[in-house]
Amino acid sequence: MNPFRRRTLAAIALLLLPLRALAAWNKEAFQAKSAADALKSLGVSAPAESQDILIEAPQIAENGAVVPVEITSNIPGTRSIAVVVEKNPFPLVAKFDFSESAVPFVKVNVKVGESSFVRAIAEAGGKHYTAAREVKVTIGGCGG
Amino acid sequence: MKRLAALLAALLVAPGALAQDAKKEIEKYQRMINDSSPAELFELEGESLWKKPQGPRNVSLERCDLGMGPGVLKGAYAHLPRYFQDADRVMDLETRLLHCMTTLQGRTREEATKRVFGNEDKPSEMELLSAYIAAQSRGVPMQPGGAHPKEIAAYELGRKLFFYRAGPWDFSCASCHGEQGKRIRMQELPVLSDPASARPVVATWPAYRVSNSQFKTMQWRINDCYRQMRMPEPNFASELTNAVNMFLTTTGKGEPYRGPGTKR
Amino acid sequence: MADPMKIRTTVGAEFTEVRVLMVHPMETGQRKDSSGNLVPIHFIQEMSVKLNGRSVLEGQISQAVSRNPVFSFRLKGAKAGDKLEIAWLDNRGERNRSETAIA
Repeated sequence: MNPFRRRTLAAIALLLLPLRALAAWNKEAFQAKSAADALKSLGVSAPAESQDILIEAPQIAENGAVVPVEITSNIPGTRSIAVVVEKNPFPLVAKFDFSESAVPFVKVNVKVGESSFVRAIAEAGGKHYTAAREVKVTIGGCGG
Repeated sequence: MKRLAALLAALLVAPGALAQDAKKEIEKYQRMINDSSPAELFELEGESLWKKPQGPRNVSLERCDLGMGPGVLKGAYAHLPRYFQDADRVMDLETRLLHCMTTLQGRTREEATKRVFGNEDKPSEMELLSAYIAAQSRGVPMQPGGAHPKEIAAYELGRKLFFYRAGPWDFSCASCHGEQGKRIRMQELPVLSDPASARPVVATWPAYRVSNSQFKTMQWRINDCYRQMRMPEPNFASELTNAVNMFLTTTGKGEPYRGPGTKR
Repeated sequence: MADPMKIRTTVGAEFTEVRVLMVHPMETGQRKDSSGNLVPIHFIQEMSVKLNGRSVLEGQISQAVSRNPVFSFRLKGAKAGDKLEIAWLDNRGERNRSETAIA
């Protein structure tokens, strides 16, 4: 095989290698229109309420465009945390998968369309746990 | 009837307490959004813009004198508005930037002011530059000019304008910002003629507004207040806007600058 | 060519806090622009965080994450000089990647 051809084939081979090992986007879950359907698509059923999931979020958000939410799961062996805003048109907002090198913690700014519960679902040891916090959204001031 | 009376009684019982809780929660929200804000993106882009050669003279703004010497940015924002001899007038940041765009870069006023207020997809030059330059005053106490006769005159004019009722609603700034304890919906209205209330305001503008994903400047804020009072929008960098800005900044002086801010 | 991300790391006793600010409109497809036209849906769908080449965290994201997203994570066992790489992929197939050394 001539050098040019070999290099070209090598280049093509590199392009075909998976460029990332990202978790595939769960279309069904993200396009679910109810929190229940989103959880079902995530394979979550009857998550247990847990006080070991801490959600830090403002009780009143002056604007729903940016609502900072901070979630910590103190449940040992937490492998993932899903964030659901129950009254959003598409309730599933994000899902994070953690390796052993990552603390089961995430802070993210989310859009909250109307006053709603913000729910976190943690998966640990094959089981699911959940906690929620209410966020009230207002429209500010002169509306501008 | 009894149920209605009971309900009314419950609603009337502790409005003050409810309002205090709401205020605390809103302050928490304000702290949290400031902690995780995209505002610094505007500062970074503003820095590039400051250094970018533009206009017929193809020079950057780096030799622009914002009051502390050509190109000196540290603390410059905190000392504005102030009187500038070369222009013989009081200027706030954006007014001074416009001056540098025309005199240093050779741009026309028309071109430089064509798009002073941007949108979420494309901020304006003034917005980006304001973010960058204001950031260089972090920690510096706000100290606008106050000794020169024109600075004093600008303050006096600004104060008069603050209380001047006009327009179809006969509003003045004081209509909303002149009395303690007022609010519009959930927004507490700071009394901007009172130093204690004006200080935190003056220390956190310009700011990124999460409600429209835009970075807003003082010229915009003053313009939009006039619009909301249903008065004609003031001209950009006009004597009026500089006077109002001088009054507000002077009223809030002394506060260490901690912007650019992030607001709702 | 996507705008660079802003990454800030703070090494602590128990973990390193990583804060990343991404530039992305995160359009929901519901918003109208100033001319009244619907802005098409456009958002980051997937993101990954790698430490010294190994994946430590992965995220699936929706259009309900705020514009110009800011995420914070905590990594264990990271030390100054370690290579941190954050990448994203959006619904249009656009990608971005940023690399930094832990400070």
